[in-house]
Amino acid sequence: MNMKQAFKKVMAVSMAAAFAVISLAACSKSSSSSSDEIVIGGLAPLTGSVSLYGKATTNGAQLAFKEINAAGGINGKQIKYVVLDEKGDAQEAITAYNRLRDQEKMVALLGDVTSTPSLAVAQRAVQDNIPMLTPTSTDAQVTLTGDNVFRICFIDPDQGTTMAKYASEKLGAKTAAIISNASDTYSVGLTKAFTEEAEALGLTITASETYGKDDKDFKSQLTKIQQTNPDVLYCPDYYETDILILSQAKEVGLNIPILGGDGWDGILNVTEEGNPQEADGVYFTNHFSESDTSEKVQNFIAAYKEEYDEDPVSFSALGYDAAYMLAEAIKNANSTDSDAITSALQSISYEGVTGSISFDENGDPIKPILIIKVDGGEYTVADKMEIER
Amino acid sequence: MTYFITQFINGLQIGAIYALIALGYTMVYGIIKLINFAHGDLMMVGAYIAFFALSNWGLPIYLAAAVSMVGTAILGVVIDRIAYKPLRDASRLSALITAIAVSLLLQNACMLLFSSSPRRFPTVTANLPTISIGNSTVNVIVFISIALAIALMIILNLFVNKTRIGKAMLAVSEDMRAAQLMGINVDFIVSLTFAIGSALAAFAAVLYLFSYPQIEPYMGAMPGIKAFIAAVLGGIGIIPGAMVGGFLLGIIESMAKAYIPSAFSQVTDAVVFLVLILVLLIKPSGLMGKPEKVKV
Amino acid sequence: MPKKKIRSYLINIAAALLVFSVVYLALQLGWINSYYRSILILICINSIMTISLNLATGLLGELCLGHAGFMAVGAYTAALISLNSGLSPYLSLTLGILTGAVTAGITAFIVGIPALRLRGDYLAIITLAFGQIITILIRSLGFTGGALGLNGIPLLTDFPLTFWMLIVTMYIVYALIRSRQGRAILAIREDDIAAEASGINVTHYKMLAFVISAMLAGVAGALYAHYQGVLTPEKFDYNYSIDFMVMVVFGGMGSITGSILAAVVLTILPQLLYGFSDYRMLLYSILLIALMIFKPSGLLGQKELSQRVFQRLGRQLWGKKAQTVPAETDIPTTVVDEDTYLTEQGSGDSGVGGSSTRGQENLPVSGTPIAEAEGKHQERLGLDTQGDEPLARKQKGRR
Repeated sequence: MNMKQAFKKVMAVSMAAAFAVISLAACSKSSSSSSDEIVIGGLAPLTGSVSLYGKATTNGAQLAFKEINAAGGINGKQIKYVVLDEKGDAQEAITAYNRLRDQEKMVALLGDVTSTPSLAVAQRAVQDNIPMLTPTSTDAQVTLTGDNVFRICFIDPDQGTTMAKYASEKLGAKTAAIISNASDTYSVGLTKAFTEEAEALGLTITASETYGKDDKDFKSQLTKIQQTNPDVLYCPDYYETDILILSQAKEVGLNIPILGGDGWDGILNVTEEGNPQEADGVYFTNHFSESDTSEKVQNFIAAYKEEYDEDPVSFSALGYDAAYMLAEAIKNANSTDSDAITSALQSISYEGVTGSISFDENGDPIKPILIIKVDGGEYTVADKMEIER
Repeated sequence: MTYFITQFINGLQIGAIYALIALGYTMVYGIIKLINFAHGDLMMVGAYIAFFALSNWGLPIYLAAAVSMVGTAILGVVIDRIAYKPLRDASRLSALITAIAVSLLLQNACMLLFSSSPRRFPTVTANLPTISIGNSTVNVIVFISIALAIALMIILNLFVNKTRIGKAMLAVSEDMRAAQLMGINVDFIVSLTFAIGSALAAFAAVLYLFSYPQIEPYMGAMPGIKAFIAAVLGGIGIIPGAMVGGFLLGIIESMAKAYIPSAFSQVTDAVVFLVLILVLLIKPSGLMGKPEKVKV
Repeated sequence: MPKKKIRSYLINIAAALLVFSVVYLALQLGWINSYYRSILILICINSIMTISLNLATGLLGELCLGHAGFMAVGAYTAALISLNSGLSPYLSLTLGILTGAVTAGITAFIVGIPALRLRGDYLAIITLAFGQIITILIRSLGFTGGALGLNGIPLLTDFPLTFWMLIVTMYIVYALIRSRQGRAILAIREDDIAAEASGINVTHYKMLAFVISAMLAGVAGALYAHYQGVLTPEKFDYNYSIDFMVMVVFGGMGSITGSILAAVVLTILPQLLYGFSDYRMLLYSILLIALMIFKPSGLLGQKELSQRVFQRLGRQLWGKKAQTVPAETDIPTTVVDEDTYLTEQGSGDSGVGGSSTRGQENLPVSGTPIAEAEGKHQERLGLDTQGDEPLARKQKGRR
C-alpha cells in the first residue's frame, strides 16, 4: 500500500467518523420535550430560493414566542418552538412535518409559509388531527382541507378582487395590464381573481404577460405592455421581484400606477439607499400599515427592529400574530388536546398587528383589507375595504 | 418598427451578459471538458464583491469592477485546485457532480454570510440620459453595457489567438497530453482558464447589476443555466461560439416575449429550449462547432 | 431453468422477504415511528428513480438530465386518474401506476426519436431541454392545474407497496441486463460503433433501454404522487433531475445495489443534518464534494453488493475460517477494497484495479481487450470522444 492509498484510507475512516458524530449530534438534539414545555412545531423554508419569506415569518413567530415566554409562558408552561427547514419543497415539508409530529411531539403546527407545502402538510394534519395555523399560505384550498386548518392571511381571491374593485371604483381606471409570475401559485392566484373581477366591472385587460421563476429581466414584457397604453399595471409578486419590475417599468417609459398584493409590503426595504421615493405611486392590498400609530403595531415594529436589525415585512407581522394566536388558543383551551385547541381557535377573536382577526367557518380570517399607497417614501393608508366572499 | 428595435436592443443587452458568462463555461469546457455548474454562482459571488467594494469601501464603479474580477478569479482558481483538480483523471461525471455540489456550497455559504435578503446595488444610471425610441425609452447604460461586453470579447479573442499563453490554451484544449509533452505547463493553463472565466463572470455580474440592481444568493442560477444553453447553442468549447450563442439567445428570448400573444405567454420559457433542441438536431455540435470525431 | 439460477432466485426472494418482514414488523409494532415510515417510502421511491436513471446512464451509457420530466408525466397521469376516475382507491392506484408507466414510456419514445441521435454531453443537454419543456407544458395545460398544480390526491402509497415495487424494479433491470437484449445494451455502452458493426441494432436497443428506464420513472412518479398528495410542475425541473443524477454517480454508475445504497444515504443525510438548521445545506454540499474527491467512482463503482461481498467481508473480519466463496448468484461481484482484491485474486480479470464489468465475458462483441474497453467506457461515460482516453488509461496503469 503506498502513501496515497494509505491517505485515502485514513480519509475514509475519518469521514465515516464524521458521519457518526453528525448522526449522534443530530439525534441528541431531537430529544423529546419535558412536561413543563409546550412544543409548537414550525415549518418554513430557511434555505433555498424562497428562504427570504421563511426567515421573515419565523423571525416574527420567534419574537412572539420569546415575548410570551418572558411574560411567563402559557399557564406557567414555556413554549418550545421547533422550526424545521423545508427548502420550499412539499416533499421536504412532509418529512419535516412527520419529524415534528413523531420526534418533537408538537401539539400544534405553525406553518407552512408557501402554499404548495402547506397543502401537502394540511392533508396530513387533518388525518392526524393536529391543529394547524398557517400565517402566510394564500391558496384558497389550504383551509378547505379540514376543520383544524386555519390561516390568518387573506386568500388569493380576497386581494385580487379587492384591488380590481379599487382600481375601477377609486382610481377610475378603464384599462389594466397584468404582469405575473407564471410559476408562482400566489401570483397566478391573484392574477386570476383580479382578471375575473376586472372583467366583471367592465375593465379591459389590455395585456396579461407572464415571466418565469428567477427571471430578472422584464423589459420585453414591459415594453409590450407599454404599447397597449393601459391605465394601471397589476403586478402581484413579492417585493424583491416587484422592485425590479418597478425600476424597469420606469426604464422603458411606463409611468402608470402599479398595483399589487401584500407581497409588496417590504418594498421600501429594497429601494435604493437614500431614494425611498422610488416606489411612490404604488398601491397594494395589505394586512397592516407601518404608519399605523396604534401601540400594538409600533411596539411590534420597534421590537422587531431591535431583535433583527431590519424592518418587518408583512410575513414577519403575520408570523408574529399567528404565534400569539396559537398561544392564546392553547391558553383558552387550557389543554394541549388537539380538539380543544381547534375549537379554541374556531371561537377566537384576537386583536393583532395585522388587524382584529376571527375565523369564518372555513378557518379563513375575517378582517378588513387595507389599501396601502406608497407616498413620499412611506406607506400610507389609502383606503380600508371589507372582504366579500 | 421602433417596437422591434427596442426589443432587439433589450435582447442584445441580456445577450451580452449571457455571452460573457457563456465564455467562462466554454473555456473551462474546452480545456478540461467539465461543465462547471458552479459558474453562475461565481457570477453571484462577483456581484457581492462588487457590491461591498462599492458600498462599504466607497470605491468608484470601475475599481469596484476590477476588485470583483480579481476576487472572483482567485476564488475560481481556488475552487479548481481544491474541488476539481483531484478529479482530473476520474470520470467526468464525478467532476460534474462535484461542480453541482460546489454550486450548492457557494449558494449556501453566501446565504449564511450575507443572509437571503436581497441587497440593492447602487444605481449608476441616475445621471445618464435616456434615448427615446418611438414611445419607449432606452437608457444609455444599455449601450454602454453592450459596448463594454463586445470590447472585452475582442480583447479575449486577441489574447487567445495572438499571445503565447493564449495559444498554449488553445493547444491544451486541443490535446492536453500532447501539450504537456510540448512543455506547456498544463496546471498553470487550467488555473489561468478558471481565472479568466471567473473574471468574465464577475464582469458580467457588474453589467447585470447595472440593469437588474439586486443581489441575492440565488441570483446566479438562472443566468447560469441560460448562459450554459448559450454556450451549447454556439458550440461548447468554442470561444466565438459562446459569444454568438449568448447574443442569439438574448435576442430569441426577447423576441419570444415580444411577439408571442399574451394568451400563450406561459410557453415563452419553452422557446429557448425548443431552439436549443432544433439547433442540436440540425447541427449537433452547435452553430460554430466542428463535427465531433467518432473513433472506434 | 438451470438449478443454480433457481437457487439464486430463491435466495434473493428470501432475502427480500426477510428485509421486508423485519422492517414491516418494526413498523407495525411501533419500534420505529411513522416519521421513519415516510423516510423509508422516500428511500424506495428514490431508489426506483435512481435505478431507472442508472439503466439509462450507467448501463446504456447515455447521460440523461431530464429524468424528472418522465417522473412528472407518470405522477400527473396517476394523480389525474385517482382524482377523476371515480374508481375505488386501490383500483385507481393500480391503474394509475400502469398508465403512468405507459405514458412516461410514450413520452420517452417521442423524446428519444430525436434525442438518441445525439451522444455524450449533447444528449445530456437535449434531455435537460426536453425535461424543462415537459414541465412547462404541464404548467401551461388546463387540466393539470397549471402552476397551482394538483392537490388532494389520496395518500395511498405505503411502505409495502413501494418496497415491492422497488423489488420488481430491481428484478426487471437485472432480468434485462442478463438477457440477450441486455447484453446488447451493455455492448452499446462499451462501444456503440463496434456494437453496430457486429450487427446490433443500436437505435433499437438504445430506445428499448431508454423507454424502459422512463417507464420505471413513471412508476416512481405515480407512487410519488400518491405519497405527496400535491403536485406542482416546478418540482420536476432540472434541479430534481440532477438530484437523481447525483444519486446515480454517488452510488456508482452501473451498480444497481449502489443506486439503492446512494438513495438510502442521500435521503437520510439531509434528515440527520436537521440539527444544524442553517448549516444543513452547507454541510451537505461539503460532504458531497469530499466524497466525490475521495471516492470518485461512487460508493460501489461498477460493483454490486451481494452475498459474496458479505462473505468476503466476514472472512476479513473473522479470519479465514469462513467457507470459500461459491458462485451463488451469477452476478459477478468483487469486494469493496481494491488492495485485498488484487492480492487475493492475484491476476484479476483485467488488471485494471479490480473493477470488473458485469456481463463482459458474455458480450456478443468485444472487439477490444477488456482493459481498453474499460478505458473507453470510462471515457464514454465521461462523455467525450476526444483526447482524454490515453490519460484515463495512463491513470489506470499507475494504480
